Amino acid sequence: MAGYLLRRLVQSVLILLGVTLVTFFLLYVLPADPVRQIAGRSATAETVESIRRQLGLDQPFWVQYGRYLWNLLHLDLGRSYLQRSNVSELIWARLPPTLLLMAGAIVCELILGLTMGIVAALRRGTATDNGLMIASFVGVSAPQFVVGLLMLYLFGVRLHWLPISGYGTFAHLVLPSLTLGILGAGWYSRMMRSSMVEVMRQDFIRTARAKGLARRRVILRHALPNAILPIIAMIGIDIGIFMGGIVVVESVFGWPGIGQLAWQAIQRVDIPIIMGVTLVSAVAIVLGNLLADLVTPLIDPRIRLR
Amino acid sequence: MSDAVLPEPRRRTALARLARRPLAVLGLVIIAVTVAAALAAPWIAPFGRDEQLFEGLTLEGAPMPPGGAFLLGTDLLGRDLLTRILYGARTSLVIGVVANGMALLIGTLVGVTAGYFRGWAGSVLMRFTDLMMAFPALLLAICLAAIFTPSLWIVALVIALVNWVQVARVLYTETTSLAERDFIAAERAIGAGNGRILWLHILPHLVPTIIVWGTLGISTTVLLEATLSFLGIGVQPPEPSWGNIIFENQTYFQAAPWLVFFPGMAILLLALAFNLVGDALRDVLDPTQRGRG
Repeated sequence: MAGYLLRRLVQSVLILLGVTLVTFFLLYVLPADPVRQIAGRSATAETVESIRRQLGLDQPFWVQYGRYLWNLLHLDLGRSYLQRSNVSELIWARLPPTLLLMAGAIVCELILGLTMGIVAALRRGTATDNGLMIASFVGVSAPQFVVGLLMLYLFGVRLHWLPISGYGTFAHLVLPSLTLGILGAGWYSRMMRSSMVEVMRQDFIRTARAKGLARRRVILRHALPNAILPIIAMIGIDIGIFMGGIVVVESVFGWPGIGQLAWQAIQRVDIPIIMGVTLVSAVAIVLGNLLADLVTPLIDPRIRLR
Repeated sequence: MSDAVLPEPRRRTALARLARRPLAVLGLVIIAVTVAAALAAPWIAPFGRDEQLFEGLTLEGAPMPPGGAFLLGTDLLGRDLLTRILYGARTSLVIGVVANGMALLIGTLVGVTAGYFRGWAGSVLMRFTDLMMAFPALLLAICLAAIFTPSLWIVALVIALVNWVQVARVLYTETTSLAERDFIAAERAIGAGNGRILWLHILPHLVPTIIVWGTLGISTTVLLEATLSFLGIGVQPPEPSWGNIIFENQTYFQAAPWLVFFPGMAILLLALAFNLVGDALRDVLDPTQRGRG
């Protein structure tokens, strides 16, 4: 176990190193010039060159990348080109709203997805089952910005039940979380259904029934815990999917999180922020996957880590 | 075991089994209608693609709601929404096919090469694939699309660069297990070269997987294009795309919700159709591959 963990951690660090190299290289070769953005359209060639020198952007690729890694080693993500603060401070300040949004989305997708999956499995082959599975396909196929805008229109503009944008209260959290969670709800309902169907076929369920337990008790005490556990392990993987979705969802709902920070930085070619957000996302994805792999054998002792 | 191509009867039963699934048939119908609409757009569209109609705006300059001459209403510039959606189907389908085709090609090349040859080259390829898995796909696509000057082909390229990873992983796993089978060893023993083995014996066995992932991938591609266009960094107006119709009219959607609803439904239906067909194909072609795609 310790050996496995060590190997995975080393692998993760290498992957993250690769992510920084690829992102840095892409931003280096792509035809967007951050200096032009900083200096503005009317700047003279001399001003542009002097800013370029100040930021060290006139240096060769390996020198720039080496300096970035050296700073990273000291936990310094650099300074934003356009906002006068450190990237780590900017990200740190935006982290709580994004984490809150993700937590909300996880709650939504679990409640919706697991309920749909369980009901579909217990009513297998009926119209309810078919209807729920179509709904899960719709959830997986729905573009998040459309879901967001339409819910915003229905619950915010027409019904006035919930605020249309902003951040701060529980009411503000509902629509963005639902929007972010609907995709996952679609996946979870399908996985939960097949997991439940699989468990209901097992011998120990037949035994439980045979000894005369009520159907309700068989489902709640014997089937559900076994069917849900493998699904819970997937939550780690969701984090990676969320990292993309937050850019869209936060922009639709004016949510002051990392997604908006990234979107603004991308539009203004603020490279240190783009690098920082990409790295934070990659860390989240790698940790999420690692967590999912570590939790699985704890839940199901038949699976051993190698 | 060494049948190179699926024998004819089995292929037919696969199609017949697909035809017995109502959801798959529904998906196929939606796809067929979309393709027909895209091809026939110049003839069936009630107005010109970018035509700004005088009667397409109210006296106050607001878009017209659905009904009357404008079946789905008009947009902020007084253009007929139905016409724009019909032409937008072209964008979605072209990008769906081109971008997904490129992603399949890259994914197949990487996955099969790494799985068949193994060695250090295979390791490097798969470590690179792992690395790409750690990138948030949408964030990477947004970043690339924003920095390039956007055009239809750049959008397709960006999507392909982001979407090949899953295909590569799945085909890698399948190829490694295929390459160890006895019939491949037998081929090698009678002197067949790598090219012959790959082309005649490995690839044909991967065809079902490629078809399934190809179909599901179009759904992802359609959604990704719509998202990039919605952010204003995908297909650029006046060229209509379902995503950029929403982008252009977003500021006004509280007063004119049809400008989000109709194009949004178009995106949803097309993505849903490819998901339904892809999922049914997976069950029909390979019952062992069910689960999270």
